[in-house]
Amino acid sequence: MHRFANPARFLKIVRPLTAWLFWPGLILLLVGAGCGLFVTPADYLQGDTVRILYIHVPAAWLGMGGWTGIAVAALMQLVWRHPLAAVAGRAIAMPGAFFTAVCLVTGSIWGRPTWGTWWEWDGRMTSMLVLFFLYLGYIALANASARQGNGGVSPVTAIFGLVGAINLPIINRSVVWWNSLHQGPSITLRGSSIDNALLWPLGFTLIGFTLLFAAIVLMRMRAILAQNKIEARMQRLARG
Amino acid sequence: MKAKHQRLILAVVALAALIGAGLLAASALKDEAAYFYVPNDVRTKGVEPGRAIRLGGMVVKGSLKRASDGVTIHFDVTDGKAKVPASFKGITPDLFREGSGVVAEGAFDAAGTFQATNLLAKHDERYMPRELQGMQYDEETHKMKADQ
Repeated sequence: MHRFANPARFLKIVRPLTAWLFWPGLILLLVGAGCGLFVTPADYLQGDTVRILYIHVPAAWLGMGGWTGIAVAALMQLVWRHPLAAVAGRAIAMPGAFFTAVCLVTGSIWGRPTWGTWWEWDGRMTSMLVLFFLYLGYIALANASARQGNGGVSPVTAIFGLVGAINLPIINRSVVWWNSLHQGPSITLRGSSIDNALLWPLGFTLIGFTLLFAAIVLMRMRAILAQNKIEARMQRLARG
Repeated sequence: MKAKHQRLILAVVALAALIGAGLLAASALKDEAAYFYVPNDVRTKGVEPGRAIRLGGMVVKGSLKRASDGVTIHFDVTDGKAKVPASFKGITPDLFREGSGVVAEGAFDAAGTFQATNLLAKHDERYMPRELQGMQYDEETHKMKADQ
């Protein structure tokens, strides 16, 4: 991994990779969302409300996947002192928080007609809201503490990212451990209880959003490295 | 031992301790974090009349009856182990129906009937098109089969 620690080499690989992630991601997302809106049949019970699934599920996955990325980056930063891991942590936080918010909002919009309430303090919803607050805390901490070498987050922020990962299994198991208003998992290792006629566009949006997320993270990493370069040059100029 | 390995061991030990603490907290929360009581909890633990709780379960098929005033309904809630009578006055959610999940907010009266002040429909994890309505999801095979 340290082969990519050199920002110049990293940028050389990442520049074309961003486009390769972004455009296929956008196309898959649009195809999946279009099919989810116009092609698949309505659910027998929920009717057309079911279509929010194609946004809600990828948003939940990326909210949690984003924090998994933060935790992995934190581990690499703290143990192996990888200089780009600290940059990756900072880059992931904002899109992760965004998708967590999308998950909460779409869930709320779905909950009103389905359950008859916008919000209830059940295990799944509460733990997901905690994840959103963790993101806000991470972003605040990253901005408040000193920057690492090339614009990465501080070690204390990385530790926070690692500790926050404890919430991920809680979110995942919240509907199994506790009675909750949110339904149990539909897609498990043993199969899917979502009928195939409704399921397939979810694959498109899931992969599409994930590729797009990766592209956004790489773009943000490039932006952070560029910003850092500017600041270094300004400092040199100021010193004369 | 290299500093890198020391940091790795420290990180792994810290993570293991954290996960252990999280699991302990979650298992201690087990009952407190439950969003609702199921009828069997009510039977085994006993909930005194007048205490505000949420009751969750399935609406028993054939138990839903509308009173003569037109807005009050009576129904039974079950979790497969126990059955509790409930009544509610007001507009029910669209997805509230027999054989479907419900979470009712309210309290038991002295006669042991749950007087609900609010009803929430609980959706399950099954999604299917309308054409498949009348078919049943088989828990064993994870396939749809015709409902006889």
